[in-house]
Formats: sequence, structure tokens, C-alpha cells
Amino acid sequence: MSSLLTEAEAQHHALRLLEARDSGVAIEPFTDAQPELGMADGYAIQTHLVNALLERGETIAGYKLGLTSRPMQELLGVDSPDFGPVFASTVYADGAELAVDAFIAPRMEAEIGVVLAQDLAGPDCTTIDARRATAGLVAALEIVDSRIKDWRITLADTVADLASNGAIAVSSNVVPIDGFDPRLLGMVFTRNGEVVATGAGAAAMGDPMATVAWLANVLSPLGVTLPAGSIIMTGALHAMVPIAPGDVFRADFDRLGPITIRMASE
Amino acid sequence: MNDLPKEEIARALIEAARQRTGIAPLTNTYPDLDFDTAYEVQDAVVEARVSSGATVVGGKLGLTSKAKQVQMNVDRPLYGFLTDDMQIDTGQAVVCSDYIQPRCEPEIAFLLGRDLHGSHVTASHVLDATSLVFPAIDVLDSRFSGYKFTFMDVIADNSSCAGFTLGGTGTDPRGIDLRLVGCSFEKNGQLVATAAGAAVMGHPAAAVAWMVRQLAARGRGLHAGQVIMAGALTEAIAVSPGDTVVARFDRLGTVELPCA
Repeated sequence: MSSLLTEAEAQHHALRLLEARDSGVAIEPFTDAQPELGMADGYAIQTHLVNALLERGETIAGYKLGLTSRPMQELLGVDSPDFGPVFASTVYADGAELAVDAFIAPRMEAEIGVVLAQDLAGPDCTTIDARRATAGLVAALEIVDSRIKDWRITLADTVADLASNGAIAVSSNVVPIDGFDPRLLGMVFTRNGEVVATGAGAAAMGDPMATVAWLANVLSPLGVTLPAGSIIMTGALHAMVPIAPGDVFRADFDRLGPITIRMASE
Repeated sequence: MNDLPKEEIARALIEAARQRTGIAPLTNTYPDLDFDTAYEVQDAVVEARVSSGATVVGGKLGLTSKAKQVQMNVDRPLYGFLTDDMQIDTGQAVVCSDYIQPRCEPEIAFLLGRDLHGSHVTASHVLDATSLVFPAIDVLDSRFSGYKFTFMDVIADNSSCAGFTLGGTGTDPRGIDLRLVGCSFEKNGQLVATAAGAAVMGHPAAAVAWMVRQLAARGRGLHAGQVIMAGALTEAIAVSPGDTVVARFDRLGTVELPCA
């Protein structure tokens, strides 16, 4: 499916997102003015936005998958996930303290991160190929954020907006997949010590490793290989959680250990 | 509430189950039904089952998740008792026509190796007294039409206890953090939900300990050999003949329940 937008239009939309990222002021959904925009248009805009960020000196540390759960796919009327790059400047370590006002409308999600040991390329990448190329899994948190006003996103809007990625934190403890099933990997998510959600790996498209194979395959026609060392955020294991200053979020994963983000007090 | 006709109410609940026809909430007729009296009605229900030949084989917890407690506007879970006629042996099907409106939910079940009683009992004591944990499916069935009930109604209705099945091979809980054990719940090969053990009151063994402390206040306890269903990890789903529900647990194994 090709984009309805001309290159100039896609670039124009990308610049508006870039301005929103710089100013912290969200923009109206593109689909308000152009309801016919779909997934291909979203990626056309995303490509221009990514190029603009790369020109500024950003580097790609990995990718995030979005819309990996059935409820989210139903909400946005799609039957596949979406993806966006994760820039190295937005990757934090366990225990990081972040400021709420560095984001527009941040929400927190706990996910399984995959660290690749080898390059991985489509078009015929299977879940087994993905697993074979994997160094291990890491406990991860993602701050999702929307440069689209009030999260009033349709598919094209969130795809354009780097799949609503804000920042990630990943544990340095890379655990090889050995003798366990990533689908059943359990996770307990707490906000200020209170359990707000639990989940298991299967919440991400049925299998977190399947999301990695899917990503390698959709990147293939774009000529992109996932390089060794990439971090793949495989999708939220629960519904996203609101964030307030002073909050402490902790996701405790069976076998992988914990990951914490603290939000600075105002 | 001593003037409440507990035996008569218990008979109505048992009759509803026998005829597979839901009834109206008790609180429509007895709006003042309180916590203690609701459990006395539950006792009468269990005693009536026992006097017609059933044996108490364990207990179960309900409303163990914060979300469900908020939904019911209460701050605590509830418990009920399992009888042998509710057992669905491993690999056997649940016969939907035996129930009014059966629903299934995945749970972790504790098989007690020792008696447990006392107001001091915590999750650690429960783990110490447990010989095996099993992946389990709880078949619940409200005797109230359309699952329309208050907290007091569902207590009186033996916490919707109706059926249960255990799977896996039985696992020693020592050395396993049940809080973190992951679960995927499927119906007919489609993922319904995922969760981890902490969905049950922060720790499934803490739910069992809560039941023991509640029973202690009434001079009772749990016994070696009993099975305690610790509470649902996910929402319950309705089942019909032809369905198959499967709960897969990390570290504990799989339980599968075909519906006939």
C-alpha cells in the first residue's frame, strides 16, 4: 500500500511533529484534516521525521513495537502491530530519574526487551530465527508519549509519531533464553509500591519473539537489517498507566529481575 | 439478623443450583443482610450439601483482585467451600448443562500437606504447610440470575463455588516466587488474557493466609489434604459446549478444560 501523501506533504507533517517534540506543544491529529490517511501515510511521515532526527546527530539504538495486544489493535482498527525507532538519547538505565515535564502526555508500560546477538534480516524471518539471533531478554519500561493532542490518535497519527515512543529504561542484566518460555514469563508492575497490573509475555502478539520476527520482516523491504546489539521493545504486557511527578514505577519480571524508573518531584 | 430464615434461604440456593435456574438477589428481600449472617447462610448451604452426601474437600477465594473489589465497592475478598461433587478430574470435561451460567478463570491451587489454623498465619506459613501447587481452572456459577448480586449475596451463595479442575504435575512451591509466575489464559486457541501470580492479593499464598485468619476468628481452620483455590488471575469468561479453556503457567505447567 502506498502513501496518499506527496513527499513534500509527508515532510511538512514530519516537521510539525519535530516542532511539537521541540516545543512540548502537542498538535492536532493529521487525520482530523485528512481522515483518509492510513498506515502507509504514517510511515511516510515517520521516515521524514527519523531522517530529520538522524541529521541532528541522533542514533538508532533499536526499535519499539506498538499495538501488539488485541485490545489496542481493536481500538485502532488494525490487525497488525506498528513500530518506530528508539533513539540512543532516549535509552536510560535501571533506576533512572526522569522529569514528567520532559514529556507531553507520558504514560508508563512494562515490556520485555530483546537484545540481539546477531544481525537479523527478513523477509522470511521466523520466530525461531529471531530466537537464534537473540543474546537474551531484559526487563524494560517504556514511557509512551503522544505529540498528538490528548492522545486522540488514529493509526496514521501514532505511526507518524514514532509509534508514540517517549523513552525507555532497560536492565543491564541480559538473560539468555534457556529453559523457559518467553510467552509465560510473568511480570508484576507496581506504581508507588501498589500492584497496578500483572502480565506475561504472551500479551505481546502471543509471543514476544514473534514481534521481533515480524519487525525484521517489515523492515526487509525498506532495506533495513536489525543490527547485532539492537534493543527491541516487544510491546506492553498491560494497559498503559498514567504518570505523576514523584511516582516510582517498578516492573518485576520472573527470571529477568526488576527495572525501576523514578519520576522527579516537581 | 438472627431472625433470618437461613436454612430456608440455603434451600432456595441449593434448589436453584439443582434446577439450573437463577434466582433474584437475597438482598432484594433482606436488604439488611450483613457480613456475619451471609457467612452463616453459606454455612447452611455447605451443611445442606454435606447432609445430602457431599464431602468438603477444600476452599476457594474470590474477589482477590483490587479491580474486582473496587467494582463491588468492598475492601476485602471472600471465601467459600469446595465439595467433592464439584471436582472435575484432570482431563475430564465440564458439562455446561449441569450449571446455570458457568464461567471459567485461571487460578493457582494449593494442596495442603498439613493443617493450617490460627490468627497468626501468613503467606510463609501457607507455603510451609503446602505440599504441592497446581495450575487450576475454577468453574464458577452464580445462583443469582445474570451474576447480579451484592457482596453479601455472593458470600451467602458459597462464593459462586461450582466446579474446579487441577492440571500440571504438582509442583513444590519452595524455591518458586509465586508472585512472578506468569500465566496465559486461552479459550479455543485464542489468548484471553495474561497475568502473574501477584494479581491475587499481591501473592496467592497471602490470599490463602487471609482465609485461614478469617476462619480462625470463627474457631476453624483448613486441613491437610484440602485444596485451596487461591483466586482468579484474570477476568472470568463464559463457556459453552464445544469450548476448550487452557491456562498455561510458567513453572507449574498447563491445565486444560474441555466444555461439553
